Amino acid sequence: MTMLLSLIIGLGLFFAIGWSSRLAMHAVAPAQHKPIYRDMPLTAAFGIAVILIYVLVATLAPLIAPFGEGEVVGDQYLPWAAPYHLGTDKLGRDMLTRLIYGARNTVGIAFATTALAFVVGSILGIWAALQGGWVDQVLSRFVDALMAIPALIFSLLLLTIFGTSVLTLILVIAAVDATRVYRLARSVSQGIVVMDYIEAARLRGEGTWRLIRREILPNAMAPLVAEFGLRFCFVFLAISALSFLGLGIKPPTADWGSMVRENATLITFGDITPLLPAGAIALLTVAVNFVVDWQLHRASGLKE
Amino acid sequence: MTDIWRMIARRLLLGLLTLFVISLVIFGATELLPGDLARELLGQSATEETLAALREQLGLNDPAPVRYWNWLTGVLQGDFGVSMATQKPISELVGARLGNTLFLALYAAALSVPLSLLLGVLAALWRNSIFDRASNAMALTSISFPEFFVAYILVLFLAQTGIFPSMVRITAATTFGDRIYMAFLPALTLTLVVTAHMMRMTRAAIINLLASPYIEMARLKGMSPLRVVLRHAVPNALAPIINVVALNLAYLITGVVVVEVVFVYPGLGQLMVDAVTNRDIAVVQAIALIFAAAYVLLNLIADVLSTITNPRLMHRR
Amino acid sequence: MDKQVLLTIKGLQIEGRSGDAWHKIVKGVDLTLHKGEVLGLIGESGAGKSTLGLAAMGFARDGCRISGGTIDFDGINLRTAPEADRRALRGKRIAYVAQSAAASFNPAHKLIDQYCEGPVIHGVMSREKAEADAVELYRRMRLPNPEEIGFRYPHQVSGGQLQRAMTAMAMACRPDLIIFDEPTTALDVTTQIEVLAAIRDIVRQFGTAAIYITHDLAVVAQMADRIKVLLRGDEVEEADTRTMLAAPREDYTRSLWAVRSFARAEQAPASGTPVVSVRNVTAGYGAVDILKDISFDIHARRTVAVVGESGSGKSTAARVITGLLPPRRGEILMGGKPLPASFKARSRDELRQCQMIYQMADTALNPKLRLRELIGRPAEMYLGLKGRALEDRIRELLALIELEPDKYIDRLPSELSGGQKQRIGIARALAAEPALIICDEVTSALDQIVQEGILKLLDRLQSELNLAYMFITHDLATVKSIADEVVVMQQGVVVERGPKSDLFANPREDYTNLLLSSVPEMDPDWLTRLLAARGGNA
Repeated sequence: MTMLLSLIIGLGLFFAIGWSSRLAMHAVAPAQHKPIYRDMPLTAAFGIAVILIYVLVATLAPLIAPFGEGEVVGDQYLPWAAPYHLGTDKLGRDMLTRLIYGARNTVGIAFATTALAFVVGSILGIWAALQGGWVDQVLSRFVDALMAIPALIFSLLLLTIFGTSVLTLILVIAAVDATRVYRLARSVSQGIVVMDYIEAARLRGEGTWRLIRREILPNAMAPLVAEFGLRFCFVFLAISALSFLGLGIKPPTADWGSMVRENATLITFGDITPLLPAGAIALLTVAVNFVVDWQLHRASGLKE
Repeated sequence: MTDIWRMIARRLLLGLLTLFVISLVIFGATELLPGDLARELLGQSATEETLAALREQLGLNDPAPVRYWNWLTGVLQGDFGVSMATQKPISELVGARLGNTLFLALYAAALSVPLSLLLGVLAALWRNSIFDRASNAMALTSISFPEFFVAYILVLFLAQTGIFPSMVRITAATTFGDRIYMAFLPALTLTLVVTAHMMRMTRAAIINLLASPYIEMARLKGMSPLRVVLRHAVPNALAPIINVVALNLAYLITGVVVVEVVFVYPGLGQLMVDAVTNRDIAVVQAIALIFAAAYVLLNLIADVLSTITNPRLMHRR
Repeated sequence: MDKQVLLTIKGLQIEGRSGDAWHKIVKGVDLTLHKGEVLGLIGESGAGKSTLGLAAMGFARDGCRISGGTIDFDGINLRTAPEADRRALRGKRIAYVAQSAAASFNPAHKLIDQYCEGPVIHGVMSREKAEADAVELYRRMRLPNPEEIGFRYPHQVSGGQLQRAMTAMAMACRPDLIIFDEPTTALDVTTQIEVLAAIRDIVRQFGTAAIYITHDLAVVAQMADRIKVLLRGDEVEEADTRTMLAAPREDYTRSLWAVRSFARAEQAPASGTPVVSVRNVTAGYGAVDILKDISFDIHARRTVAVVGESGSGKSTAARVITGLLPPRRGEILMGGKPLPASFKARSRDELRQCQMIYQMADTALNPKLRLRELIGRPAEMYLGLKGRALEDRIRELLALIELEPDKYIDRLPSELSGGQKQRIGIARALAAEPALIICDEVTSALDQIVQEGILKLLDRLQSELNLAYMFITHDLATVKSIADEVVVMQQGVVVERGPKSDLFANPREDYTNLLLSSVPEMDPDWLTRLLAARGGNA
């Protein structure tokens, strides 16, 4: 019964948010872009709205949160009642406050990691595709070998060796993920490099940097941007998984993955509080995926 | 036909080579550390004696190539060394747990592969219908869920009422039937996570082919939509679908770690997480190698299968 | 011929979706086809002829819809009939032959399995009978080894043979109507003849009605009893083949007919040092030699056409000259001086001297750059032009290729038509102020009227700017209109070379003769005469 009810409420919220966000974007958009927003699917509109809300919460965290990030405010595991609207955790910290700070920490770290992986992976990937020959062979075989080890397993191995701090976490995940970005950037660029306009530019005598900057990158942007969204989801989920396993972001920093871990015992008593941070992770990933899916669909045009 | 065998032999060799490189990476990763591994593992407060003991135990006094050789020859004989934390031989720790993890992975595969192929083909057949849109949105949603979220939701709804156990206690004496029953929730969690991916990729692989001129030709020959998909699209989609399945089964390996922790399932994943927490490097290396080997093997099988199903490669001019 | 009506289309309208809007592809076309009659549908790209052909089967591609009019096939209304009924007709009473047989055969199944699918599923005959029948039809289509060829996979059979196998497959249920959608467009001229002859014979033998879609007038003249001309989804005119060829009523039709008459004035014989000389070049990839000891010269103000069928090595020759493929033996001279083999070793000035125009303007122009940068870059790079001077030069170049500078300078390639894109390709080559321009099949992706415009432009630029052209093409009509000298290539060897007039008047080599005689002519009796002349064993 509760399941059905929550499903109905969830769907209602989804349609309400999606619909109003689409209307808002349609109203704000400049005239020549209006049709894009008029026909965007509700899922994408919902996704954009959710992403905006997360960004807002993350930037304004200290202003919105009722208590301090690591502040112990009461007894442990208090039920949902004012002033602790979502109760307290096992150390007696306010759950709502930690959820809000989690947006800043978890999402921020995931974003920084993705950005790092992206810059490294895509530059190397494009360069390898353009150069071909031994540069491509050496880089690609090296990446192949690294990719033959499952990502999470490889991250665990590296974290064992280097220890678990936020900085090593970022570097390790970025390194593992850069291999995936490299693969995509290389294959996208390989499709572009065989084009006649690249041959023409080479025959004209253009240098490598200009070829990358003016001839390849503008044409590789669309798939790379979509990939950024997807990679962000992977990184975000990977960091959350590691934190959940107790190997990622450590307390007292508020982080959604470790919040689930710390309070997991509540679940067996039928208390859904530990599902809130897990749900917060899921919601953002869903939102990003919805937007990426829409973009990919638009890019593929009338293919289907 | 000899071409095919030559190609398969080449793939096998390449697989072996990959495994060798992986063993190098897994072993060599410890060399990346700028300082002393023993001090890094034991912390600043360690005494010189304990450090020396650990160095001796890890063989850190030998040059790296010698250590690698000893480690590799040991591994090939099934000897992974001794766990630092428990002082037990690693092969003993790994033995039974490997079986449990394999059981869970195969269980999840048996549920997810048929389900996702069916859903994928149906979604491609009825593309842009309500069914397609709904299943696409559902799939996207479940792809986005962290494994532990899915697991806890299942616990909340299925274990709370006492239908299935939320913790898996498996011993050597547990019967097969009991195993199936007790491992149901972890297997279902993995199935939900993997099915979405596999279904979407199957659908994409088939739809990609539906744009081919030979599909239009089949339709213009008056063939029914079902026949067009099953007889004309699927045989050509086999290679991509096989790769999709392999990719997702390989993903199970990763998923297994988190799911085992949630359900306290006595498998390799749990062991690995404990070992990482204790920085028990020899155990982590051993398990990483096992997971990577499974991953390489899966990709190898997929490679060979997709070669065999490609008529252009099977029937040369 | 009995005059019983088979297919009647009235006021047919078909719309296609682009983005969110629907636009009309076919705008109210009428069509009547009698039993056993062959109707030729001709028009340029975008005329809606393929869409119309498919509509005759009650079929619209994904993203298209039939929005008005009636389609009546032998008393059955194909617009209102249930999908199951239409499906029962397709393949059984109305069959389809696609442009690219290589892509339209399913790579996963043997030819005979694909042949038998129709007759067995439609319940026309048993599998055994269908197999026997297939062999008979393969024989009539003059396929080699008719007993055995069906048991091959599509990738094991050549393009021309596949096209004939596909026609046999269309005949499997002895349909009343076959739609031929450009069945020979992808084939070489010498192969085209065999396929045309086979199709014509089998259609006549079984008295099958056909709609023959093509953009090639000379081809349709051989195949059709009547011709209908389409332009942007509208009918221009329709008449008997002979009447239409002899006396077209409409201006548009006349302009189509006139295209092939463009021929430039014969130039004075070549003299002086050639701009580029190819000396005994042997080149290839891996262990295979694609080019075997080829030599030819190109002089200023002259056009050398390099002709040959696919696989003859004509594009490889261009790659050797530009330095993309260093030759194994032999050398390239420019103005009498040897050029470094690889473009990487050539100086900027040597690179500037030799420019290239590509077949597909779509892939030759970076879609993300504006025309200003596309055309301006070579001028900036080679000639050091900047600011005002560069801007003036870009505008001058645009004017030279007959595009209005103010209107076009800030456009993206996607905002241009196919012919305009090709003009930009020309302007980019001109911006470098080269001595030689290599034109690689520059007109073959374009409609005939647009082709003519490009050829005239190239001709004018040549005399104004003293350019030398190397013109790579498989289309002998283009050679006739623009070349001064012709180099005929076959399998990597120069078979024959010489001035155009000599070569066309009395070809010395058998292959040249075969190639020249295979080019379809507008005369409806041409194919019959040719086959008779070749002894009926084409």
